[in-house]
Amino acid sequence: MLKLEQVGATYGLSPVLRELNLEINSGEAVTLLGRNGVGKTTLLRTIAGLHPATSGRIIFEGQEITRIPAHQRARSGIALVPQGRGIFPHLTVEQNLILGLSAASNKATGSKQIPAHVYQLFPALAKLRGRKGGVLSGGEQQQLAIARALAASPTLLLLDEPTEGIQPSIVQDIGTVLARIRAELKVAILLVEQYLRFAWSIADRYYVMQRGRIVKHGDTKSDSPNTIAHLLSI
Amino acid sequence: MTEFALLTGQAFNGISLASILLLVALGLALSFGLMGVINMAHGELLMIGGYLTYMMLQVLPHGIGYLFGMVAAFAGTGIFGAILEMTLIRRLYGRPLDTLLATWGVSLIMQQGARSIFGPIGDEVTAPKWLTGSLNVSSGALMGLSLPVVRMFIILLSAAVFGLIVFIILRTRVGLLVQAVHQDRDMAEALGINTRRVDLAVFALGSAVAGLTGSALALIAPVTPTVGQNYIVYAFLVVILGGLGSLLGTLFAALLVGIFSAGCQIFTGVSTSDVLLLLFVIAFIQFRPRGIITISSRSLEGS
Repeated sequence: MLKLEQVGATYGLSPVLRELNLEINSGEAVTLLGRNGVGKTTLLRTIAGLHPATSGRIIFEGQEITRIPAHQRARSGIALVPQGRGIFPHLTVEQNLILGLSAASNKATGSKQIPAHVYQLFPALAKLRGRKGGVLSGGEQQQLAIARALAASPTLLLLDEPTEGIQPSIVQDIGTVLARIRAELKVAILLVEQYLRFAWSIADRYYVMQRGRIVKHGDTKSDSPNTIAHLLSI
Repeated sequence: MTEFALLTGQAFNGISLASILLLVALGLALSFGLMGVINMAHGELLMIGGYLTYMMLQVLPHGIGYLFGMVAAFAGTGIFGAILEMTLIRRLYGRPLDTLLATWGVSLIMQQGARSIFGPIGDEVTAPKWLTGSLNVSSGALMGLSLPVVRMFIILLSAAVFGLIVFIILRTRVGLLVQAVHQDRDMAEALGINTRRVDLAVFALGSAVAGLTGSALALIAPVTPTVGQNYIVYAFLVVILGGLGSLLGTLFAALLVGIFSAGCQIFTGVSTSDVLLLLFVIAFIQFRPRGIITISSRSLEGS
């Protein structure tokens, strides 16, 4: 469903992504691993359309999307949970979720209602509806960010380090939720992670990045996480 | 005239000035706060509103004509602002200094254009009958107090426009989008919001409010090609003092500047009070460099 062909991107003059190839199939969970600063976040932002690709092609559901603006990509089914979660701090939980529907508003099937499965996956949010996003805890914000991304029923979910700065018990909950999202909603997942074991428990396949390139990829069932640990350790 | 009446009169003048400053600054605060665009042509948007009202009154000179003039000023200037956004400001997005320079150029072109079309001498807009005269107090503690109806009308207009904008921002779907873009532009875009269209809507609304303001200002002074220049400095003062992107801050700042000026004018002349006002603003900014109301917003911190 998503295919990156020889994608390049730069920050100013310095290249961040170089001739990068990556592929995700429908309903598949893929994790992207790598040390800090190798370009993982830039890659997610490039797929979402928030960072321009300077070369190569990005193809989503058979359509080239390399040059189309981010909001149109969102409307075609790509949802992003960014690093830092991107919650609107002065808006309530419910308003944040309503804004998540923006991507659905121009689809014929898109409703103006927050889908019931959002509150089913995150029952805690129902109680927090009226609270401002900025006062939520890290774990609550992360749940809200994922819930908001799911509001418009996307087909691909981009997750940038969802376990960052979150207490271990909540990390488990997030893992459970991601598994349910895959099983029940058939959403494909591209997960950027530092936490190797968490990533392994969720993904079918993995990619490892170094200096803007994919240096290794494979199957999480057949490869042990130890085989790539040396590529991630500092 | 009693002492008390004098003070009340000056308080009224202060609020009257504040209401004008608020109207002038609101449009600026919207585009500055949301898009980081410093629109040097904002004063000329007032001018357009003024001339549109003037022209409307040439066609419909009596009574209700002025109301049509206001509508024409609001709509016409809004459309002009939308065109300006689409043809110029959008193309300079993320380049604040270039935007400043380009809009200053637009401001000069518009001033000269107005000079060529309407001539350098001001065009009078005669206020309709229901806006002329004043409310006079002839007895009691406030004896000698005289409140011009047109000033009261502008205060009401200012309050109504402020209320309407706050309502739009806080209670409507469009306002929710505006808040989202203001708080985190990238995230808004990633959620499927067409942020360029939100920018356009906000800029057009800000321009429309400027046009309406120009229409109101035409009631108290003739419309000239440089009418905007009289207000633009104060408008920027109010926006900076209020805190970027805060409507409530803009309201407080307008009241502060208006009442401060009127207060000074009890003791000194207009020029001295302007000097005192600028000194006051400089001192204030030393202590609260981000204005009266500061809201943390990534879109502002990021740049």
